[in-house]
Amino acid sequence: MSVMASTPSAPVKPKSNTRLRNTLTFWAFVGPLALGLLVFVYIPIVWGFIISFFEARQTVTPSQFVGLTNYVDMLTDPNFVKALVTFLIFAVFIVPTTFFLSLALALLVNNTTKGTSFFRTVFFLPTACSYVVASMTWRMSIFNGLPFGFANIVLGWLGVAPIQWINKPDPPYFWIVLVTVRLWLQLGFYMILFLAGLQEIDRALYEAALVDGAKRGWQTFRHITFPLLRNTSVSILLLSLIAAFQAFDEFYNVLSTGVGSSSNITLARPPLVYIYQVAMADQNYGRGAAGAFILVAIIIAVTIVQGRLFGLGRAEA
Amino acid sequence: MTVNTQTDTGRRVIDRSERIAIVLNYALLIFLSIIFLIPFYVILRNAFLPSKLITAFDWTWLPMPPSTNGWRDLLANTNANIVDGLRNSLVIAILQTVGQIAICSFAGYGLARIPFKYSNIVFYAILVTLMIPGAVTFVPLFVLVASFGWISTFQGLIIPGLFSGFNTFLFRNFFLNFPKELEEAGLMDGLDHFGVFFRLVLPNSMSVMMSLGVITFIGAWNSFLWPLVIGQRSETWTVQIVLSTFMTAQTVNLPAIFMGAAVSILPLVIVFLFMQRYIVEGVKMSGIKG
Repeated sequence: MSVMASTPSAPVKPKSNTRLRNTLTFWAFVGPLALGLLVFVYIPIVWGFIISFFEARQTVTPSQFVGLTNYVDMLTDPNFVKALVTFLIFAVFIVPTTFFLSLALALLVNNTTKGTSFFRTVFFLPTACSYVVASMTWRMSIFNGLPFGFANIVLGWLGVAPIQWINKPDPPYFWIVLVTVRLWLQLGFYMILFLAGLQEIDRALYEAALVDGAKRGWQTFRHITFPLLRNTSVSILLLSLIAAFQAFDEFYNVLSTGVGSSSNITLARPPLVYIYQVAMADQNYGRGAAGAFILVAIIIAVTIVQGRLFGLGRAEA
Repeated sequence: MTVNTQTDTGRRVIDRSERIAIVLNYALLIFLSIIFLIPFYVILRNAFLPSKLITAFDWTWLPMPPSTNGWRDLLANTNANIVDGLRNSLVIAILQTVGQIAICSFAGYGLARIPFKYSNIVFYAILVTLMIPGAVTFVPLFVLVASFGWISTFQGLIIPGLFSGFNTFLFRNFFLNFPKELEEAGLMDGLDHFGVFFRLVLPNSMSVMMSLGVITFIGAWNSFLWPLVIGQRSETWTVQIVLSTFMTAQTVNLPAIFMGAAVSILPLVIVFLFMQRYIVEGVKMSGIKG
């Protein structure tokens, strides 16, 4: 009865009711995440930004405004600059090797008819290992500088004298240790991405190319496979570069001896390790935060530049 | 006639070179497989070999008979307790995985399906967080978490890792492709959005939940920097921190630390062998980042 009586004015009222209910439902679903990101991402960034302009030693509450001092200190600190150079060296080694080796693995696995899943599993399995376990295995056993390390045993078979892999700055064999540990851990991950990309390529393209007289192998790879893997390739380059920029675990665990100045960590200290030492060991949070924002600025700049470069290339193509 | 024989020999030549290519392909794969398995072999060998034989200048290939001294010494180490470390890692990784998947799938569904005027603004605010790599801002995050008094606590280890903008983004994409007719039918039948989500959407999203869940679990189990920064007292050390302290200890007991390494990767190797399908899916989904 009353429902029928109120019919004329009904279209307005239930609508705003529904809208309110929808708004409440929306926040019930999205609220926990939004609140979490606000508290644990946005607020730390804002607070960290404030702290980076203050003196904050041994305390996380800013005490005295110092302007840009922390930034100037950080950028003129030869160790911080050296850390950025260390990252560059690391990236020059790790990004191309990761790219070509994971592509090679994917092509090899993709070419098989039998045992495909076996090989895929073997190359992917190291992803289950942590950087700590892998660093331990590399440092204590495979690249142990004493003659019983596995690499030195193998060299011994070839008649080469044992090599001190980690402790010496010259020649910098420690780079071999740091690069191979990351390769072992990461290649399977990128191989899976390349395999996914390869499977999206239409088989008919290869058949058409063969009919047209192209040779299977290098020619089809160069003119079909590689161009069609473009999107996968770009995202793998970007992912591995950003991952290298955040390198911490293997440098810390392979090089650190835990005893301050005598530690090998000064041989190669990427940005995050250096910031860790400034912020955690010296408890200088103001400078640590300033360093973090310099890194964030670099990462965003690199991401945008890379996006522009490849974006423009795509528009031309 | 001549044409025929030419194509004949031509094809035979291709077949032969292709066969060589296949053999080379497999030979290379087998060689690389051996290289990739060496570290696993080394870990197991060292875990079961007496210390004296590990440091011998002649390589002992197999620990025969296997020695259990590594296991005994590992448990006897009182400076860093591996059992506590494993338990902490398990608790943290499980809670973080379940919590993150619940929060992010919820948010993803809300963004994909619940009409709200400012939904887009909220979505962009979430996307912005993807621009900033988490590890880089660990100092500001540490400062905040320290001010909560959460250093060396489980909430400090777990809660900051519950909110992933990236997983939310992936869930939103997934739910956008979910058949809308099913949900509309549910709403017609008198279910509200929660009913639709729990009764219709959730049971049909198990595979994406597993895929993202297992990736989250692996990440949480293996994470190092945040537990290192927050877990300052040994009661809250994860297994990764325990292993790391083994390496920098005054005396290094090689069989014990490699036994520790073996024990720490065992749960993940099992997860890998049984859930590889989901992991591969999860990796493909994560790969679109960037």
